[in-house]
Amino acid sequence: MASDAPAMAVIHGRSPIFYRRFDRKDDDQHQTHYCPGCGHGIVTKLLAEAIDTLGIQDRTILVSPVGCSVFGYEYLDVGNIQVAHGRGPAVATAVKRSRPDSIVVSYQGDGDLAAIGTAEIVHAANRGEIVSVIFVNNAIYGMTGGQMAPTTLLREKTTTTPLGRDPAVHGYPLKVCELLATLDAPVFLERVALGSNKQIMATGRALRRALENQVHGLGFSLVEVLSPCPTIWGLDPAEAQTFVRETMTRTFPLGNFRDRSASAVPRRLAVTVPDLGELPRILGLGPASGADGASDTVVPASPVPTADHRIVVAGFGGQGVLLLGEFLAEAGLSAGYHVSWLPSYGPQMRSGTSNCHVRISAVPIDSPVVSRPNVLIALNEPSLRKFLLSMEPGGLVLYNADRVPVDCAGNDVRITPIASTAIADRLGSAKVGNMVMLGALLEATGMLPDGALDRALHRLVTQESWYELDRAALQAGRAAVHRMTAAPAEPSLARDPAMG
Amino acid sequence: MDVARDRGAVAIDRDECKGCGLCVEACPPRVLRLSAELNRYGYHPAEYLGSGCTACGICYYVCPEPGGITVLRRQVA
Amino acid sequence: MEPQLIKGNEAVVKAALLAGCRAYYGYPITPASEIVEMAALYLPEVGGVFVQAESEVAAINMLYGGASAGVRAMTASSGPGISLMQEGFSYLAGAELPCVIVDMMRGGPGLGSIGPEQGDYFQIVKGGGHGCYRNLVLAPASVQELVDLTMLAFELADRYRNPVVVLADASVGQMMEPVSFPEPRPVPAAPAWAVTGTAATRHNLVNSIHLEPDVLEGHIRALEAKYREAERSEPRWEAWRVDDADIVLVGYGIVGRVLRAVVETARRRGIRAGLLRPITLYPFPTRAIRALADTARAFAVVEMSTGQLVEDVRLALEGSRPVETYGRVGGNIPTVEEVFQLVERTLVGARVPSEVSTNG
Repeated sequence: MASDAPAMAVIHGRSPIFYRRFDRKDDDQHQTHYCPGCGHGIVTKLLAEAIDTLGIQDRTILVSPVGCSVFGYEYLDVGNIQVAHGRGPAVATAVKRSRPDSIVVSYQGDGDLAAIGTAEIVHAANRGEIVSVIFVNNAIYGMTGGQMAPTTLLREKTTTTPLGRDPAVHGYPLKVCELLATLDAPVFLERVALGSNKQIMATGRALRRALENQVHGLGFSLVEVLSPCPTIWGLDPAEAQTFVRETMTRTFPLGNFRDRSASAVPRRLAVTVPDLGELPRILGLGPASGADGASDTVVPASPVPTADHRIVVAGFGGQGVLLLGEFLAEAGLSAGYHVSWLPSYGPQMRSGTSNCHVRISAVPIDSPVVSRPNVLIALNEPSLRKFLLSMEPGGLVLYNADRVPVDCAGNDVRITPIASTAIADRLGSAKVGNMVMLGALLEATGMLPDGALDRALHRLVTQESWYELDRAALQAGRAAVHRMTAAPAEPSLARDPAMG
Repeated sequence: MDVARDRGAVAIDRDECKGCGLCVEACPPRVLRLSAELNRYGYHPAEYLGSGCTACGICYYVCPEPGGITVLRRQVA
Repeated sequence: MEPQLIKGNEAVVKAALLAGCRAYYGYPITPASEIVEMAALYLPEVGGVFVQAESEVAAINMLYGGASAGVRAMTASSGPGISLMQEGFSYLAGAELPCVIVDMMRGGPGLGSIGPEQGDYFQIVKGGGHGCYRNLVLAPASVQELVDLTMLAFELADRYRNPVVVLADASVGQMMEPVSFPEPRPVPAAPAWAVTGTAATRHNLVNSIHLEPDVLEGHIRALEAKYREAERSEPRWEAWRVDDADIVLVGYGIVGRVLRAVVETARRRGIRAGLLRPITLYPFPTRAIRALADTARAFAVVEMSTGQLVEDVRLALEGSRPVETYGRVGGNIPTVEEVFQLVERTLVGARVPSEVSTNG
């Protein structure tokens, strides 16, 4: 742009933050796609100036969701991420968290931010994400052709409020700054406008502040810009500017809603990154590690080659059903077997039935689902009745009671009553009833060698007091087996000579 | 008016201008107008009357286009 | 490393971290909640990012952000949450962003149940989002395979710049099995296309909008070429005792393991059964299944849905062999016994000599 006055110097001109040519556009490669008089062009220009002033061009990442601003990436020569409708704040969150040195700007319209993306903006603000949000509010859906926005003024006609916005039908204009100002985390919330020269200059200052806050590591900053949309409003650009100034500001008062720029404590997102070699330790994957060094008991690994224990443990929630199964699986692993543990699971923290399938096998386990158990540990009567009929003939049932219900006896399985809860009560806690059963099972079947439980105990029992109680319960369970001789049939657990 | 004594001047990229007229409305010394001519896109672009610019920069800020308007200021000799 | 007994939902997080994943965004849902909990515990420990998102919609878009920034990133959910994420799948594929999503499938439709099911096959394998895209889909059948495939998922995601889904029924996430974890892999540098907020990446753009018909068509064709390449290079499956099989059982995930037991049972009773377990659901092992039609008389597809996988098997076989199908749903897992009955039925239908099908 040559000047014919050689003594003149450019004081305002095309910002270097804009690409010289908008290569991604097919034609008009120096114009924006915005309509004549559109506020987006002004906001983009002010944003470019703020980026330039702060010297953050290389660090800036512009997040452009859907709306008229979708092509922000065509203009600003910064890192650009185009995203889904309304999701800018979620994307910005992730970018900033992983790249804390970047300056992340989410540029959103009113449909994007205040309708479809309401959840994302509220939660990004509430988490205090260190990002800058530019919210261009023109009270209309521009790109899709003039439908009602959440910020559309009362009585305004749009293509989806052809008779005007009626609060009884369409609700009221959504006031984003006021809404976000109810949250504790945001650092800077300001509503500005493009309704006059003065307002435009104030908008420039607010945008610069929102970016500067991020440069300083302060938290969430948002600038809401009341912006003209002459095309959809059906006004000429000057009239639209007047509408912003005189009408929009009556519904959306200008001003600052939060400014803790001076008092907010800068936050640094960077974290300590451990050496790669530390990972196994951090993840608990190293060599089995008992804090006392005694946990890594070596069990002579001489699995019985035909072992195929298909175990169902069942009871009600709180009886330690799943833990009993986990002990078994862990012990089976210690003894050199292939194991699997498959729990029933349910809504957390609610009472109800609970069961798990455990397999301990000399060969790789085909299915972890135990549909034909050869061992059933039934910790209550409903569990006994539920699983008894699925038992493999010759299987073993340990049942938590003094005696077996008459109508359950006589099947081709051995049912041994072990009053595990009562025994555990006498030991001092019903909670170790599962360990009584475990002791009884190991004694009755010999399915695992002595010492196989050591590792499981060390891994799963963290308190010394429980450790002693558990050991006592295991012993009591073993003893109980010998008192119970009322079994209707000899135990014959599938093809395992170690049992019986 | 004496061009040589103006504090500033405005250069308008007539093919970037969309003729919205915001600069014409905003200009305090009223030295901008929409041209009677059409640019290649069919808009009446803004044009500088040729003198009277104070280099206030307001037209630059109200212009929605990145490079539609350039404002120059006379350097102090 | 020494095998340790570990729950699938815990193992999958550790595998991801060993693979270099350093960002996780998630929303709790039974039966995948242990994943978000483990991620919350471990990501900060390894210098990574963890965000509990406000919804699955936000989570998948955070994944979009993390992947855009060149970080190996992951999320996990189950049926209903995955449905909410479908918008994001489409954008991730459209913008060619590598990332990993774990789906621990539960019962549907609607709120369904929290029991294991395989009803997400269509929405994950066939795509539930808009547009011409595919997810690469890996289907583990054990906790060890969950670990191995999760690590592979990150490699494939980077190689194809595409979302990779680890699709498991909830039982795989909930069960404990011994796992040998591999050594940790170095965290890869951000790819050259990523937007990281540096001078070197300033001109980079992550984007999925192309308004010019020819430009968008070119983009879609490029995606298509990528998928064709994956179809040539990436199908994985387990074939077991198929060489002489009269009947080939096809099932994935936990069902694949039940079918192994069925094959054992059938063989003991003189029926020549075999197993084809797809490990990649997309790309599907089409050629491997088609090749078996040369030797097998019949196929039986077993799945924990009412007929989703079976469509791909039928397409692979192109009508060359009869295909029986059997499904359990609602949280039920097919038993060996009931599938064996299916095998007998199928063989009768395929007119396999009766002395074989009724033997034993």
